[in-house]
Amino acid sequence: MMQTPNLTVSSSPHFHAKYDTASIMWTVSAALAPSALWGVWSFGLRALLVLVISIGTALLCEYIVNRVTKKETLWDGSAFLTGLLVGMNMSPQVPLFVPVIASFFAIIVVKWTFGGLGANWANPALAGRVFVFFSFTSSMSTFTLPRVLKAICKVDEISSATPLTYLKGRMVDGISSASVLTHGSYPVTDFAEKVGGALGVNRFAVDAFFGNVGGCIGEVSTILLLAGGIFLICKKIISWQTPVLYLGTFTLLQWLFGGFAHGSGFAQGEILLPLFTGGLFLGAFFMATDYVTSPATHKGQMIFGAGCGFFTFLFRNFGSMPEAVSVSILLMNIVTPTIDRYVKNRKFGEVKPVKEAKA
Amino acid sequence: MRAPTFSKGGVHPADMKSISKDKPIERMPLSGELLVSLSQHLGAPAKALKAKGDHVVRGEKIAVAAGFISADVHSPVSGTITDIRPVTLASSVRCDAFVITPDAEQPDWPTEKHDWKAESEESLLATIKDMGIVGMGGATFPAHVKLSIPKDKTVDAIVVNGVECEPYLTADYRMMLEHGREAMEGALIAAKVTRAKRVIVGIELNKPDCIAHLKDLIAKDNLPIEVMGLKMKYPQGDEKQLLKATMNREIPSGKLPLDVGAVVCNMGTCFAMYEAVVFHKPLVERVVSITGECIKDPKNIIAPIGTKVSDILAYCGGFKSEPDKMISGGPMMGFAFSNMDTPICKGSSGILALPPQRKIRETPCLNCGKCLAACPIGLQPNKLYRLITHGDYALAMATDLMDCKECGCCSFSCPAGLPLVQTFKMGKKLGRKKK
Repeated sequence: MMQTPNLTVSSSPHFHAKYDTASIMWTVSAALAPSALWGVWSFGLRALLVLVISIGTALLCEYIVNRVTKKETLWDGSAFLTGLLVGMNMSPQVPLFVPVIASFFAIIVVKWTFGGLGANWANPALAGRVFVFFSFTSSMSTFTLPRVLKAICKVDEISSATPLTYLKGRMVDGISSASVLTHGSYPVTDFAEKVGGALGVNRFAVDAFFGNVGGCIGEVSTILLLAGGIFLICKKIISWQTPVLYLGTFTLLQWLFGGFAHGSGFAQGEILLPLFTGGLFLGAFFMATDYVTSPATHKGQMIFGAGCGFFTFLFRNFGSMPEAVSVSILLMNIVTPTIDRYVKNRKFGEVKPVKEAKA
Repeated sequence: MRAPTFSKGGVHPADMKSISKDKPIERMPLSGELLVSLSQHLGAPAKALKAKGDHVVRGEKIAVAAGFISADVHSPVSGTITDIRPVTLASSVRCDAFVITPDAEQPDWPTEKHDWKAESEESLLATIKDMGIVGMGGATFPAHVKLSIPKDKTVDAIVVNGVECEPYLTADYRMMLEHGREAMEGALIAAKVTRAKRVIVGIELNKPDCIAHLKDLIAKDNLPIEVMGLKMKYPQGDEKQLLKATMNREIPSGKLPLDVGAVVCNMGTCFAMYEAVVFHKPLVERVVSITGECIKDPKNIIAPIGTKVSDILAYCGGFKSEPDKMISGGPMMGFAFSNMDTPICKGSSGILALPPQRKIRETPCLNCGKCLAACPIGLQPNKLYRLITHGDYALAMATDLMDCKECGCCSFSCPAGLPLVQTFKMGKKLGRKKK
């Protein structure tokens, strides 16, 4: 008779996919890293300091909550990711107390007062950003120029200097966007001048696509965010539905109706610049896809994405804020439980009730 | 053309079949006593016909079906019933079992062939019932019940399940390669009994040699059978998913394949039906894959029903390394057990010895929706889990809990490592009780 080993007896299945909550959180952080590093390269070590303080505060708050509630969630990666997202949503020159407050608000108020990971109704990082945006609006909307553009125009700091805010400001003055962008004083690289000219597209959009634009630390490089987002979709960590519908809806509405806001007509809207500037790609790929605060079904995610796109279009063109991504996503966060309640997958073998033929 | 598969949900676990797939089926010699349980099948346990001290002959009926959904049990050996006592099966079911000590001399199985083509449908069905055939894919549904088509229904196709989508298991794989001709004949018998016009064999594309082999032998003998290669996806071996993949038919909630005009038979069942009808040999032995990283000498064996796992392990050289789990069946739906005297049943497709798996740290539900995307039935595992853990069994049952077939896709894909299937099993039990 052989010796009986100590055996585990548990319910099926006895196999598990090769990921867990922590690995997913860390993978998302890794997908954000190129864009964050680009921000650090563009805006200098000051940007790195902001990132470190945001992440540090988030981890510290998580640690304190852990001590108080006797839980161990510090290294599940969610607090780090929240901190990273908060930092990436900060202007590089922001006073250092701002990211501290934002991370604190995100972790303590938004995440833990509702019960921690999985129970929060709003995306913590976004809520933290919106909270400090309305509290410290001027610090949050003062942007430095990135390294490449600084070299061109030799000006150190431009207040409200993203092409998006330019667009917004002029729009209020009643000048069409086209004139702002052709005669505006925003610097542009030679490269963008050439490529924009060759392809016949807005040269500011070219700069914005490659990350040579003022803005928050992590939102400037569209191409790196896109790469990170596609990486996450390929790894099946996020689904394509949310970002595609978000960007798609926004683009369509912007093209069809964006023209009206700037004095031109139907189907005349400028697309590329609004698409590549501001936090749109960061929001669409990394914030709107937050598991906890977005719908669980693919159908629900499509509604969610389309809603985000609609509100972003609305607020950007007809609201008072130049940036509208965070508020749009937060608004849709509120609707998420309702979407999840009513949007369900079709059950296998379920037949739609046959409508009675009209007599 | 893209290989067909079922459209909704499903997961892709590593298939792990290389451990035992190249081991030809070998007959395990008799060793020690057998524990032949009275509950070899889905439904009521059979009623014992023999008593302690009786001598039985190989193939003799020792228990008879008790009720409509039940099946006869036969003695796998000639020997003496030394006891009838309760045993615990791998599925934690406790039931009475014959303890049979085999004689030193065993008679041979009859080799006389019966021509089934001349027999009537009713007589074939009676033979299948008489030989105690049950579904050998794991659910062990009595075959004669499955093949009895009510007067108001018609069946146009027999779908033979050669999918074997559970990781590790290779019993059906070897069966197709070594006894494909016989299994195909078994499928034709099932088609005759049910008056089905078509026979379709579904095999996943990870078994190209089986597909080629079966296609060859079908072409050689000009058999009216279609072989379909299916794209790999778990749980394609479930009859609902298999019918969707092969015939694009969906079985509604609570219905049977019969309701969409089809009957699904496992490859092993087809082989057993062939032996039952052609040789009048009852179902007293089956092919079992003995595999897993911890088995020293993995094998595919023919073991008599009632063989103890400890005897099988001794035959396979014991353990190479200490296992963390012993599983009867596959790793997705099989049962973990700890008693090495657990006997082989008609539904035991494999015995696995698995090393410790990577531990998933449990976190709260993230609402990530992976379970929703993975559920092949389109249920809401996240919501059901919440309802059951909050004790709302009635609402969970109203949210289609009973349609869950515990395939494990949701638990497999849950990043939070929540015990979803376990909770659903519990919820079903408690929910039924409360009703």
